[in-house]
Amino acid sequence: MLKSMSWLQAAPGDFREQARALQKALRGERGDGLGLRLHALAGHALDENQLASLARLAAEVFRSSIPLQPFSALKLGVFGDGTLSLLAPSIAGTGLRHRLMVDTFVGAFNRALVDALDPSSPVRTAGLDMGLLVSDARVLGLDQPAGSREAAREKVDQAFQQLRRTVEGLRPWIASAVLVQTVASPLEPLFGSFDRIEPGSPLSMVAAFNERIAEWAADGGIVLVDVARLAESVGLESWDDPAHWHASKLGFSPSLLPVYADVVARTVAAVRGLSRKCLVLDLDNTLWGGVIGDDGLAGIVLGQGSATGEAYLAVQRMALALRARGVVLAVCSKNEEANARAPFREHPDMLLREEHIAVFQANWTDKAANLRAIAETLNIGVDALVFLDDNPAERMQVRRALPLVAVPELPEDPALYARTLAAAGYFEAVSFSKEDRQRAEMYQANAQRAAALSASGDVGAYLASLDMVCTIDVVDDVARTRVAQLINKSNQFNLTTRRYSEAELVAAIRNPAKHVVQVRLVDRFGDNGVIAVLIADKASDAWEIDTWLMSCRVLGRRVEEACLAHLAAAARAAGARALIGRYIPSPKNGMVKDHYGKLGFSQDSAADGVTTWRLGLEGYVAPALEMTVVDPTLATGADREVAHA
Amino acid sequence: MSRDDILNGIRGAMADVFDIDVDENIVTGDTTADDIEEWDSLSHIRLIVAVERKFKVKFTNKEIESLKRVGDLVALVGAKTAA
Repeated sequence: MLKSMSWLQAAPGDFREQARALQKALRGERGDGLGLRLHALAGHALDENQLASLARLAAEVFRSSIPLQPFSALKLGVFGDGTLSLLAPSIAGTGLRHRLMVDTFVGAFNRALVDALDPSSPVRTAGLDMGLLVSDARVLGLDQPAGSREAAREKVDQAFQQLRRTVEGLRPWIASAVLVQTVASPLEPLFGSFDRIEPGSPLSMVAAFNERIAEWAADGGIVLVDVARLAESVGLESWDDPAHWHASKLGFSPSLLPVYADVVARTVAAVRGLSRKCLVLDLDNTLWGGVIGDDGLAGIVLGQGSATGEAYLAVQRMALALRARGVVLAVCSKNEEANARAPFREHPDMLLREEHIAVFQANWTDKAANLRAIAETLNIGVDALVFLDDNPAERMQVRRALPLVAVPELPEDPALYARTLAAAGYFEAVSFSKEDRQRAEMYQANAQRAAALSASGDVGAYLASLDMVCTIDVVDDVARTRVAQLINKSNQFNLTTRRYSEAELVAAIRNPAKHVVQVRLVDRFGDNGVIAVLIADKASDAWEIDTWLMSCRVLGRRVEEACLAHLAAAARAAGARALIGRYIPSPKNGMVKDHYGKLGFSQDSAADGVTTWRLGLEGYVAPALEMTVVDPTLATGADREVAHA
Repeated sequence: MSRDDILNGIRGAMADVFDIDVDENIVTGDTTADDIEEWDSLSHIRLIVAVERKFKVKFTNKEIESLKRVGDLVALVGAKTAA
C-alpha cells in the first residue's frame, strides 16, 4: 500500500507527453489553469524518473521567480549522509503534489558538518527556506555494536551531538524550519531477541538516537521526519538494500524513493500550513455497507459480528480519532436527508453521531457543489478538504470539478479503507496544541452560534447574548506553539501573510522594539482559544502593524475593533501618535482588502496592490463593544516589563 | 524475448531516465555512457533500477560493474530472462 502509494491514481500512459506539453506551456505565456494541470499530473503515483522530470519543471518555474498558483515556492537544502542527489529530485517532484514549488540545494556527500561550518560554503548564499538533514546508521557508526552500556551511551551521544552541531551551524542560513530524519534500524540482528535488551546493540543504539531526535523536536528545535517509522511500515527487508548502499550509497531501496519523498514533502507542507483540515465522508458503502435509501436501517451492514460490518466500524473509528486530534468531519452524500441522518440517530452500532459532524450535506445535487458548500460553511478553502468516497465515478467528478480537493483512491475491500486514508498522510501535523484538541468542538459550537444568530435576527442583541470575554495578552510559552501555528496557517484574514517559525516568533517576543500579543475569545458556547495575533514595530512616532491575523471562526464579532482599541492604547501609552497598517494581497486574503479602511484608517499609498494606511491617534476613540475586554498588558504595564526583560 | 525486444525496452527506459528522445539511431548495442550527455553516474543508477523494474530482473553489483556498452546490458537481461 505504502510502496505502491495506492491512494493515488496510476500514472497516465502518456506521462512524458503531458510533462513536455506542460514544460512548453510554462515557458510561454502561462494560461489559466496551468498550475492546476501540473498539480493534477503530480497527483498520480509516479516513479522516481517521472518525479525527476517534474523536479526539472519545478526548478525552472522556481528560478523564473514568477509565482504559479496553487503553489508555494520553497528553496530546500538537503544535507547529510549518502547520495543526496538521488533523493532531491524525488522530493522536488513530489512537492508539486503537496502544492510546493521546490528548488533543491544539495549539500556535499557525507559532509554536512563542513557545509555548515565552512564560511566559503555555497550554503550561505543559497537563500534556503528550509533544510533537511538525512542520517544513516552506517555513517553515524550506530550499525557497529558498543562494548558496554557506557560506550553505547557515548556513541549515541557523539552521533547526536555531531548532528546537532551540524544543524546549529546551518541554522543561520535557513530562514524557516530544519527537518531532521530519524534513522532506520539495521536489519541484521547481532544477538537476536536479546538486541532489544542489550544497550550496546545497534538496535538499541538507533532507538536511543531516535529518542534524542524526538526530544529535540518536542522542544521545538527541529521538525522530525520519521523515516524510521516509514522503514518499519514498508518492512525493513524491502527498505534496506545493501547492494544499493554498496554501489551508490543510497540508504534504501530506490523503488521506495517515491513514498520516502512523499513523507518528506507532506511534512514540509505541514510546516507551511498546507495540511488538510477537514475529512468529508460519503455514506453508503463508505461508512456502512449497503444503501440506506434502499436497504433501510435494518438492512445496512455495520457493526460487530460481520467482518464487513467491522470494516466500516474501523473507518468510523478512524474518523473519530482524527476528530479528536482536530480534524473537522463533514458528510457529503447523495441521499434523502432524513434517510441519511437515520443511522446517525438510530443505528445502535454507529460510532459516528450527528454531534460529530460539523456540516451535513445530504441531497441530490452533485458532490462538487456540496463540497464547495461545506468549505464555505466552515470558512476554509476547498484545498483543506479530503473526500472519502467508495464510488470511482463520484471521485472522478470531484477531481475534475475541484482539483484542489484531495480524493484518495480506495481499494475494493472496505477492510483497507481506514489504512489507505491513513497512509496518504493528508492531516500531517508538526505540533499538537490544546486548540487542536478542541477544534472539532469549536466548529460544532460555531454551527450553534449561526443557528442562534438566525433565531435572534438583531446582530447587536445576538452579540450581547454571546457573553463574550476577549483577552489580549503577551505571548507566553504555553500559547507560543498555537500562535506560531496561526502565523503559518492563517490565509484569509491575514493582512500581510508574513510567516514566522517558532524560533523567529520567540525572537520577536524578546525584541523590545516589537509588540507581540495574542487575543483569545471565550463565549457562552465555549472557548475559542487563540483567535488573533498582532505584531507591531514600535517607533517613537508611529507603530507599524507588521502582522494582523485572525481566525475566520470569529468573523463578525467585532474582535477586530477590540484589537484596534488595544493597539491604539498601547501605542498611545508609549507616546506614539499614529498607527500604520499595510495590506499585502495574496491569492487568499481578498476579504481584508478594505480592513483598515473599515476601521477608520486613511489610505497613504498604493503600489503593486500593496496599500498603506494611517490612523492618527489623537482623534481615535475606542468604540463600545458587546464583550468584556481583559487586557493585562495595559492595566499593569506588563507589556513594557516584558519588552525590557 | 528477442534481442531486439530487449534493446527496444532498454531504449524506452533510457528515454524515461534521461528524459530525451531515443530511437534506433541514437542508441545501438555499441552505445556507451560517453555518447549520451545525460548519462552520468547518478542517472546510471536510475537506469539500472528502471531496467530491473521493466524486465523484472535483479542484477548483482558485480554484473553491473562489468557493463561497458548497451549491448552488454542487452545480453545480461537476455541471460536473466531466459533462465
